[in-house]
Amino acid sequence: MPWWLPAALALTVVAAVVGGALLALGLAAPGFDFVGNLADAYLWRVVWFTVLQATLSTLLSVALAVPVARAMARRRFPGRGLLLRLFSLSLVIPTIVAIFGIAAVHGRTGWVNDALAFLGLGRADYLYGLTGILIAHVFFNMPIAARILLQAVEAVPPETWRVASQFGLKSRDLFRLIEWPAMRTVLPGAAGLVFMLCFTSFAVVLTLGGGPKATTLEVAVYQALRFDFDLGRAVTLALVQLLLCSVIVTAVLRLAVPSTTALTEGRIYERPDTGGRIGIAVDALALLVTIGLVVLPLAAVAVAGFNPTAAEVLTRATLWRATGQSLVIALSAASLALLLGGAILVTSRILRHRLARAGAAGRLELSASLILVVPPFVLATGLFVLLRPVADVFALGMPLVILVNALMALPFVVRFLGGPMMEEAQRHDRLCQSLGIAGWNRLRLIEWPGLRRPVGLALAVAATLSLGDLGVVALFGSQDFATLPLLLYRAMGGFRMSEAAVIAALLSLLCLVLFLVIEGGLGGLRRRDNV
Amino acid sequence: MSDRSMLQVEGLTFRYEDMQMVFDLTLARGQCLAVLGPSGAGKSTLLSLIAGFEKPLSGRVLVAGEDVTQRKPADRPVTSLFQEHNLFAHLTVEQNVGLGLDPGLRLDAAQRHAVAGELARVGLEGLEKRRPAQLSGGQRQRVALARSLVRDKPLLLLDEPFSALDPGLRLEMLDLLRQLQAERNLTVVMVSHNPQDARRIAGETAFVCDGRIVAAGPTEALLAAREPAALRAFLGPEAG
Amino acid sequence: MHLSTCLLGAAAICFAALPAGAADKTLTVYTYDAFTSDWGPGPAIKEAFEGQCDCTLEFVALDSSIGVLSRLRLEGENNRADVVLGLDLNILAEAKESGLFAAHGVTPDNLQLPIAWRDDTFLPFDFGYFAFVYDTQVLADPPKSLRDLVEAPDDLKIILEDPRSSTPGLGLLLWVRSVYGDEAPAAWAKLARKTLTTTKGWSEAYGLFLEGEAPMVLSYTTSPAYHMIAENEDRYRAASFAEGHYMQVEVAAMTRSTDDPELAQQFLRFMLTPGFQSTLPTGQWMYPVIDLPEGLPAAYDRLVDPAKPLLFPAEEVAAERKAWVEEWLQAVSE
Repeated sequence: MPWWLPAALALTVVAAVVGGALLALGLAAPGFDFVGNLADAYLWRVVWFTVLQATLSTLLSVALAVPVARAMARRRFPGRGLLLRLFSLSLVIPTIVAIFGIAAVHGRTGWVNDALAFLGLGRADYLYGLTGILIAHVFFNMPIAARILLQAVEAVPPETWRVASQFGLKSRDLFRLIEWPAMRTVLPGAAGLVFMLCFTSFAVVLTLGGGPKATTLEVAVYQALRFDFDLGRAVTLALVQLLLCSVIVTAVLRLAVPSTTALTEGRIYERPDTGGRIGIAVDALALLVTIGLVVLPLAAVAVAGFNPTAAEVLTRATLWRATGQSLVIALSAASLALLLGGAILVTSRILRHRLARAGAAGRLELSASLILVVPPFVLATGLFVLLRPVADVFALGMPLVILVNALMALPFVVRFLGGPMMEEAQRHDRLCQSLGIAGWNRLRLIEWPGLRRPVGLALAVAATLSLGDLGVVALFGSQDFATLPLLLYRAMGGFRMSEAAVIAALLSLLCLVLFLVIEGGLGGLRRRDNV
Repeated sequence: MSDRSMLQVEGLTFRYEDMQMVFDLTLARGQCLAVLGPSGAGKSTLLSLIAGFEKPLSGRVLVAGEDVTQRKPADRPVTSLFQEHNLFAHLTVEQNVGLGLDPGLRLDAAQRHAVAGELARVGLEGLEKRRPAQLSGGQRQRVALARSLVRDKPLLLLDEPFSALDPGLRLEMLDLLRQLQAERNLTVVMVSHNPQDARRIAGETAFVCDGRIVAAGPTEALLAAREPAALRAFLGPEAG
Repeated sequence: MHLSTCLLGAAAICFAALPAGAADKTLTVYTYDAFTSDWGPGPAIKEAFEGQCDCTLEFVALDSSIGVLSRLRLEGENNRADVVLGLDLNILAEAKESGLFAAHGVTPDNLQLPIAWRDDTFLPFDFGYFAFVYDTQVLADPPKSLRDLVEAPDDLKIILEDPRSSTPGLGLLLWVRSVYGDEAPAAWAKLARKTLTTTKGWSEAYGLFLEGEAPMVLSYTTSPAYHMIAENEDRYRAASFAEGHYMQVEVAAMTRSTDDPELAQQFLRFMLTPGFQSTLPTGQWMYPVIDLPEGLPAAYDRLVDPAKPLLFPAEEVAAERKAWVEEWLQAVSE
């Protein structure tokens, strides 16, 4: 198999879905006028605000992720493992659940304000407006960025730490000379991912942004497609979003420095900088901020779930049927995402490692994430128009949801698996080449034992993402097909806020359990006594 | 060229960052060539080009008279031994050697017998079930040597294979390598930065500097002549 | 590529193998999913209608009222719907323009609507009024009129929905317009200062209100009935506004492409009988369009009964909506 084929196949799937949907919608639009649709002051005001809030959100998320990743890397404390798992949770719970969790903590009558009032400090009204958008985007994205950075710091070979302790480097120097360079290799990629997620934010920006001043391009696309039924304008705006994001994220990726991960003899990890009062204070502060911004809203979601309706809701057959369907979707989508992500990485790794074309590899990996910036309702409508002439779209509900969810999870798989796969190649690629270990043999004998841990992590992230995603299912309209997020939205739409809270808590718990089972089950024990 | 030559490198060019490299080299069957040179001179690149890990811009590599320039590393009649990462940490000694016979590790009785035999030959009897982490540095390189033997390729390429070992252990390994070379009539190319290695086992030595072979010939003569100046600088003061 | 194709194929086979349904005739109704949810009126209506039609009633539940129309427009003449249920009055002009609906041919002689109904394509099936619902424990003295609210001090916080993405949001836009006319932008500028936030949909707004984030939220006059009946909770009331309340009317129609117009008509007639209508007060939390034999639940007596229903003709909404949304956007973005 030629080296470029795996990625070519995977990208064909991405392009077929994204391109097919946009093209079908564009063709269905009578008198599609791309340029004409762009001449609109409202549009450019919205674009400006979108870029602004996404940039600020990304900077803040990443800036916080750095000290948090550092604190997680050098501290061992009770609950650290749980905190890491919770990190993966904030991104995957449905937006509306997160909004309520955040409001319960930071709102006008939230926990923080209750605490302030209790201390006699009066109430502070800080949630609605740009602050609210930033708080929410940090909640969603800082943890995932921190996890990516942490993975990079943990890949620093112990020899480096040994040398560092020998020279008596101070904590600050350690950061400058060791951790920051390690983080820099993954930072642009992580920032690009966060930027795309913030750029396309819809309900969060509207609800916590306080008013229509806070309107993102995604809202404008929704308005064009649903409210005005102007397909041409919707496609135009979706393309503007796609192009803008590609340009900005490509520019961010230019900041990438190639990984210089040295190969390592073992993994025994001894850092010289765990003492020191300032260090402890800084780490404690980072973790405290994390608790305030990430853990408390999640806790609020859990707390809200303990209400009198719980017993009745949890005994409903529809709930468990939806749970089952959600799990089937999540696991299928995650497997598909892993397959596609693996295919892309096999090729990008060759570009990077054997052909020394890191730029091309970065762009290849980026193109796998473009689906993130196509609004889901555009995607769903486009796919509907595309497939309707050839298939029964109602019957295709489930496989389509699996496919789309898999593509949505693909960027995360690429992010979490890319580094370890590259490292694996640096370690074993020549040896495998010289012994002719290739294809299935290489996967089975060499890659899998070395990569099962990051594969477990990637699969867990993908599965939970898919579990919490409302996805396109709501837009296809199929009666006998329900997922947990769908039930949740329905309950909320029908006054049943406390029932929705129970479903939200169950969904979060399910995500956590799924994460532990996949990551633990596949990851196995870490055996890294390398030679 | 006579049919006695096992390795011919003809006008092989390669570019790495700012360095332009050109190599020409001929080696007869059963000979052992040491490639000496300072760090960054291109020694390892030469080996990678012969093994097929890097693609040359132009030129040819012939092994046993056959042009292998376009072949993949595993399809060349060549086996490589690196300074480190020769073994897979999660596989046993036996499996690591077995990979030399079948990249899918599906070994029949005869093959398993061959593995055991070569492990015995390099002095690792009874350690078949160990994992690399449970072995010493010298033992690990012996495992890698055993794998080279089961692969049964006429040309053996070694990239500073023993430089991480203690001096005594290094000499022991060099002697083992010399014995094996003689027994199996192997042709050996060994990259090293230590002239002692060359003296101990290599009849021929090539000195690489700035991407070129600037001097080549019988080891003793070459090291005694100390020409050109780059070689003199590499060898250091006379007494050393 | 391969796996996905396999998945698609496998699923297609599974779905094809499902039994088509007990009865031969199937009536397909496009609606939105709140209608068909477990606690919505859908399940009871399905049972009641199937009991008298010798057919299978199949709901296709889309995400929203606007989603129903856009699905229909995407499908054009090839849609699978026999009946479309749940279009909002404000999108009627567009719906009519699509030419996808047929005249209903039903004489709705028992309609009890606060407005006269003369449309030969669309039939109303429920209605309600937009209102500001407030928490009596926080707000003892709510505004008595829209003007009161607009002129209230800015520390009275309200939660609104966005007219670009939600029905109540659009309702308020029209409400303000019908009270203030061309002065609407100035009123909006004042409302904006009291607006804690403008949410994407009703769920977010109402949820935040119940969390206590603001004492008032844009909802319906009937919302308190839910709390009284389902939760035995008296705390939430709708504020009665002197200018009157803007109406929401939900309508249904049969498609031109239906292959069984008689069955579709039968459903539309059924829609205006107690079998359908009596599910609405506690299923949709909206008013029925006929007098129910058993009357309305007692809690409904305690709801705000608007002095004057406000409503723009659908054509006017269709013609002006874009400009009004633009005007609103300008006014509240200052």
